[in-house]
Amino acid sequence: MSILVFVENAEGAIKKTSLEAVSYAAALAENLGESEVVALSIGTEVSEGTLASLGKQGATKVLNVAKEELNQGVTQAYASVIAQAIESTNAQHIVLAKSSLGDPVAARVAIKVNAALASNVVDLPDLSDGFKVKRSIYTGKAFAWMTLNSDRKIIAIKKNAIEVKESGNDAPVEAFDASIDEADFSAKITHTDKAEGDVLLPEADIVVSGGRGMKGPENWGMLEDLAKTLGAATGCSKPVSDMNWRPHHEHVGQTGVKVSPTLYIAVGISGAIQHLAGVNSSKYIVVINQDPEAPFFKAADYGIVGDAFEIVPKLTEAIKAS
Amino acid sequence: MKILVCITHVPDTTSKIAFTDDNTKFDTNGVQYIIGPYDDYALARAVEIKEQQGGSVTLLNVGTAETEPTIRKGLAIGADDAIRINAEPTDSFFVAEQIAAIVKEGNYDLVLMGRESIDYNGGQVHGMVGEMVGLPSISPVMQLDIEGDTAKLAREIEGGKESLEVKLPLIAGCQEPIAEWKIPNMRGIMTARKKPLEVREPSSSNSKTSTFKYELPPPKGEVKMIDPEQVEELVRALKSDIKVL
Ligand SMILES: Cc1cc2nc3c(=O)[nH]c(=O)nc-3n(C[C@H](O)[C@H](O)[C@H](O)COP(=O)(O)OP(=O)(O)OC[C@H]3O[C@@H](n4cnc5c(N)ncnc54)[C@H](O)[C@@H]3O)c2cc1C
Repeated sequence: MSILVFVENAEGAIKKTSLEAVSYAAALAENLGESEVVALSIGTEVSEGTLASLGKQGATKVLNVAKEELNQGVTQAYASVIAQAIESTNAQHIVLAKSSLGDPVAARVAIKVNAALASNVVDLPDLSDGFKVKRSIYTGKAFAWMTLNSDRKIIAIKKNAIEVKESGNDAPVEAFDASIDEADFSAKITHTDKAEGDVLLPEADIVVSGGRGMKGPENWGMLEDLAKTLGAATGCSKPVSDMNWRPHHEHVGQTGVKVSPTLYIAVGISGAIQHLAGVNSSKYIVVINQDPEAPFFKAADYGIVGDAFEIVPKLTEAIKAS
Repeated sequence: MKILVCITHVPDTTSKIAFTDDNTKFDTNGVQYIIGPYDDYALARAVEIKEQQGGSVTLLNVGTAETEPTIRKGLAIGADDAIRINAEPTDSFFVAEQIAAIVKEGNYDLVLMGRESIDYNGGQVHGMVGEMVGLPSISPVMQLDIEGDTAKLAREIEGGKESLEVKLPLIAGCQEPIAEWKIPNMRGIMTARKKPLEVREPSSSNSKTSTFKYELPPPKGEVKMIDPEQVEELVRALKSDIKVL
């Protein structure tokens, strides 16, 4: 039996979150004593060479559904293709990354193939007695241990919780001919607006975020400079996006994007609990705020009390000089 | 337009999370319950669509009698009536099955809910219901307009948004900025008391997962304060402690 991993791509590359998913599947295969880790790619946007390189993360084979009509992630069509691949490989364990595509797709697949589904999983399962997984709940404020009771199991992993494996050799790539039903395309994608900038916020390793303390949208250049210097994505607090200083998709927190970067730098953000809910799985947090009583300092690893307008440019210069 | 809005009953976003009984139960001590924030947006949009186009908004909650104040609040915001499936939700599969049973018999044009609950953060129920009843499911939806028998939506994708068109009926998992969040007014609160709230027993179902234990993250270490005149010290930490530079 094999483990199937659904990999997502973006702009010709496999998403980092999917590399994490393949690495997770490889480790799971080892723990379960399975020999096959089959990665499934949908669409024609990624080259065969890139797909083959999934062998480095531990894929033993890559199935490629190279159909142009599947270049956009239509939920129902993807769910149907994945379900066919599960049947064809007789996979009992299916792994994917939790994402805006992964979530709705995984839910539909779970019903199609009668699988138990655990989402937001942060670690490999405990196999000592059944199949138990640890998942993040209460928006990062706690964990739950859950038993999956069906033969088939789907695991959607939380981003940045699993280390990407970088060894091994290329894997063979095989065409997989899934049948597509017109009805699966009932939702038509008419337009896609991509955010500007090189680094996507949900997947960024470093995030530089600004709050109401930045005083206005005209002051964001300073944060963008810092972000650029660090190769980081930019984020913001909710009032900032509510006032249209920054686009909605940059809003981090309970009701916005949840990030789990290695480093989160918060500038002029008070650290309200709803904001913290979106960042508390960051590995390290740096807070810059002029108010020494700002609640964010309690969640921070490093703090600087001072005026953002003085500190941020100094910090950018110091990083450049280092 | 016949709209069904599914709401969750969850701890207020500022709740301190703790567990009792050897970490097997959520500690409800001092916890305020609210309509899930994402569900609140779904409800607000449903009420707006009803105001524009006529029709009805029915609330649905899978929960024990304890959730009734939360349901009444939803009625005060503008839903017409409500159904409570009398059961303790065990997992997203169980909840989806209960919702699917109502959707199948109700002939709804739109089934709206939040993109995820803020307690279990699964983000699975809308997709599961969609598959169970054979309807398109779209999430996370940040814009929704109805033109005739077509829904025009925008959903969030990593670092951007995607616009879609789909014929009704459909199921959507919602988030902001789909609508202005609505706060119940006095008149709403008074009329909500008289609106019908039907209680039904759950259809039989087999949960596929079970949660048996909870855990809190390890406590955070002390924050290290850095002199604003010495930002180089932070740069050194980024290099040698965090190793991101
Ligand atoms: C249901 C619900 C959901 C919510 N969801 C979210 C969410 O997802 N994300 C989110 O962010 N918020 C959310 N909020 C709002 C949240 O409660 C706070 O209102 C918000 O996070 C505050 O944003 P802020 O820190 O930017 O602004 P403020 O609270 O105004 O804080 C600004 C900070 O900047 C500091 N400052 C000012 N000037 C300077 C300067 N020159 N240099 C340095 N520091 C300076 C101040 O000391 C202050 O700490 C939600 C609220 C509710 C009720």
